[in-house]
Amino acid sequence: MALLEVEDLIVEFPTRRGVLRAIDQVSFAIDPGEVLGVVGESGAGKSLTGAAIIGLLEPPGRIAGGQIRLNGERIDNLSPDRMRPIRGRQIGAIFQDPLTTLNPLYAIGRQLVETMQTHLPLSDRDARERAIKWLEDVGIPAARQRIDAYPHEFSGGMRQRVVIALALCAEPRLVIADEPTTALDVSIQAQIIALLKRITREHGTAVMLVTHDMGVIAETADRVAVMYAGRIAEIGPVKDVVLTPAHPYSEGLMGSIPSLEHRVERLRQIDGAMPRLTAIPQGCAFNPRCPSTFARCTTERPNLLHAGPTQAACWLHAKGAANG
Amino acid sequence: MFPFILARILQAIPVLLTVAGISFALFAYVGDPVAQMLGQDFTLAQRDAMVHALGLDQPLYVQYGKFVWAALHGEFGLSYRLAKPVGTLILERLPATMELAFCAATLALCVGVPLGVYTGIKRNGALARLIMILSLIGVSLPTFLIGILLILIFAVLLGWLPSFGRGTLTEILGYHTGLLSLSGLKALILPAVTLGLFQMTLIMRLVRAEMLEVLRSDYIKFARARGLSTRAINFGHALKNTLVPVITVVGLQLGGLLAFSIVTETVFQWPGMGLLLVQSIAVADIPVMSTYLLLIAVLFVAINLIVDLLYYAVDPRLRLNRRSLTGRG
Amino acid sequence: MNALSRFFDSDFAYSFRRAPVAVISTLVLLICVGGAVLAPMLAPYNPFDLASLSLMDSFHPPAFMAEGDRTHLIGTDDQGRDMLSAIMYGTRISIFVGLLAIAFALTVGISVGLLAGYMGGTVDAILMRIADVQLTFPSILIALLVDGILRAALPREFHDKMEIWVLIFAIGIARWPQFARTVRGSTMVERGREYVMAAQVIGLSSRRIMTSHILPNVLGPVLVIATLNLGLAILDEATLSFLGVGLAPTEPSLGTLIRIGNNFLFSGEWWITIFPGIMLAAMVLSINLLGDWLRDALNPRLR
Repeated sequence: MALLEVEDLIVEFPTRRGVLRAIDQVSFAIDPGEVLGVVGESGAGKSLTGAAIIGLLEPPGRIAGGQIRLNGERIDNLSPDRMRPIRGRQIGAIFQDPLTTLNPLYAIGRQLVETMQTHLPLSDRDARERAIKWLEDVGIPAARQRIDAYPHEFSGGMRQRVVIALALCAEPRLVIADEPTTALDVSIQAQIIALLKRITREHGTAVMLVTHDMGVIAETADRVAVMYAGRIAEIGPVKDVVLTPAHPYSEGLMGSIPSLEHRVERLRQIDGAMPRLTAIPQGCAFNPRCPSTFARCTTERPNLLHAGPTQAACWLHAKGAANG
Repeated sequence: MFPFILARILQAIPVLLTVAGISFALFAYVGDPVAQMLGQDFTLAQRDAMVHALGLDQPLYVQYGKFVWAALHGEFGLSYRLAKPVGTLILERLPATMELAFCAATLALCVGVPLGVYTGIKRNGALARLIMILSLIGVSLPTFLIGILLILIFAVLLGWLPSFGRGTLTEILGYHTGLLSLSGLKALILPAVTLGLFQMTLIMRLVRAEMLEVLRSDYIKFARARGLSTRAINFGHALKNTLVPVITVVGLQLGGLLAFSIVTETVFQWPGMGLLLVQSIAVADIPVMSTYLLLIAVLFVAINLIVDLLYYAVDPRLRLNRRSLTGRG
Repeated sequence: MNALSRFFDSDFAYSFRRAPVAVISTLVLLICVGGAVLAPMLAPYNPFDLASLSLMDSFHPPAFMAEGDRTHLIGTDDQGRDMLSAIMYGTRISIFVGLLAIAFALTVGISVGLLAGYMGGTVDAILMRIADVQLTFPSILIALLVDGILRAALPREFHDKMEIWVLIFAIGIARWPQFARTVRGSTMVERGREYVMAAQVIGLSSRRIMTSHILPNVLGPVLVIATLNLGLAILDEATLSFLGVGLAPTEPSLGTLIRIGNNFLFSGEWWITIFPGIMLAAMVLSINLLGDWLRDALNPRLR
């Protein structure tokens, strides 16, 4: 059985000019131990999906439809008191900027101990030993000496390691990593991704890796979901989506990955910009930018359709579509 | 720790010397001290004698040096109005003001901080909104008007509490306190509430604003994402971070208490330094004014020092790179 | 007209109409200011006309009380002055002093801020050090001391004649530092912009660059602060007058009226002090409520 199932999730924001639908009928599942990459441009709804799953949508944003199930049980309609023990213990989260995600006034050890003791029956001493173990695990040198150090005494990369330890220390089965390397120095990014990969594999933790970096997805994820304007454009095994994308948008995204093996004259880019939530075009949201638009695309919105090994929300894959 | 304090004290010295300079200039040049001392009729010889006696014929820096030296020994000259040494006058009045300010500060902190936390957490709750509206009224009502209203209600209409003076005083080691007798305590209530109310609303609004700011921060979101209890998040993580900016402002507000005690003391005829100052200003009693100025400066420097020390205790970032946060002021 | 209709359609106007507090505050404020400005036309009596005062009229209670009469709606004071008229004229004086004090503080603050921000270096260090030291002390204390010093320094008769100007000076001088700091901050940002460099390259004088190029660009934020400070300046004046170092009873502001009334609180003539008090509180409360709303409305993060 899938660990996490998201079904027809809808997230809305009421505003002065009407209700904006930021996530529109998104469905996907994550198996235990699996790494699902979620890619897309800024504002495509990647991070919001993560926030909705962990129950931390910022008001006035709200889940307006669909279901989120963990181990087959709904968690999208739980009261705050029943959701709280799930966060950290069942689903962990890693945020973008390690400089702001750690409380500056508490030593990192204390933050670890507090998190573990919230969820696990540990004595002060055991919790502290385990905290040291975790810091060693995520590669903090001299962990035993540095456990009482404060966040400002660490570099950005080291802090992100601490954040990873904090997210995983109560042994959740799923961790949502929201752009975990975006705020870091390029030279550090690869180390952090490698660490995340190693440590989640060791603990059998599933990962929902949200990023706009296709390169990271390509080398880390098992499967990938491509999001566009609040919907999933394509979802499937990472190899297939990268090598033989079925959705013109994925094709555009993949075209923008620089490659060492194939020398290309210039990287392709997709013309135009993603529509704002207030002005999503009729039919397929991608149709104004799509090189293969045809009549149906401007009138009807496509749902996910089977397209070989992947699924794509594109009329090109409908039975009896124009060019087959 | 120690070099940190030392640096702060060294920084304060120029400020104090400047204020002393202003204070000295007032003393020596504003109005005519000689005429003030001699009264209406005097001969030129008497005048010269007085000028000499006051040291006004000496070079400026000598006069200033003497002034600072005397001030360090608690000698501030004679009050024109009461013909008594200013040092003694102020020392007599100091306990009254200190007791009043202390009680008002305690009230402001003990009520203001919890209310601020509450209204910050329950941002949209009905009670929180009501408190916010009431607090805005509190901020808008001038201190003297609050005092008058309280007198009207509790002294004139209900007759429960006295409206002026300090009640019965008890002497301990030459220190007169009103805290040890029932009438003294009763006399303290209205002035302390009047003085504390404004600061209380300010502190409350500040704590609330900071609380809202902190609750939006990434580390609070991360704490929520780790499933920490609401209690631990609100009171452990959020409140402590709120304290850093709150301490500064509260420190300055406590200084403000001393200033506003002038108004409160006037309304309640409370025999403290503030009342002395107002009475002295009305008749241009310069020695009292210049001494008050000096004393207030010393108190403010002391308060700032305490604020810095508290900072140091709360914020670990300060303990490492000392310079980064001290560039505040 | 087009600009006006655009304004009414803007988010700003929309959130204004949606905020009853802001609308009501504006109305109250308009009534206060209107009543004060038009006092000579609207007030039933002229409280400054000493000849018309009669002790026979003193201590009339308000009209709604048993012994009250219709000729004095909210009663009279100890000298037989009609309270309603006195309050209208008193508000006029309070607003006058508040406005001029803020204008004075703005002038000093903007000049110092421009100079410090544009010149930088030692000039900046000295000016801002002074501002910082002054900012440590509450403004009411500064105003009180400045007033006291001027009282001692100026000859008696001259001081009495100039009392209102002394008061404006004292309140204004106590409030310049925060304007200076704001202007300095924006000036330092503007100084680095291309248009300033361009002006320097074509050889305009520093003075010209500061006044006709930088000044218009830094005025916005400081004017918002000035509006908020108006309420505080009015309170400063009332407080000083209440302490007896402000305006004389012959030309009473709201603070003076409250001070006069305070003497009769125990003998039961509460209206002499309460009505000016309500007026003062209503006016300052509306300014604060409006300022509060304005700050939130201009801060997109809180929406």
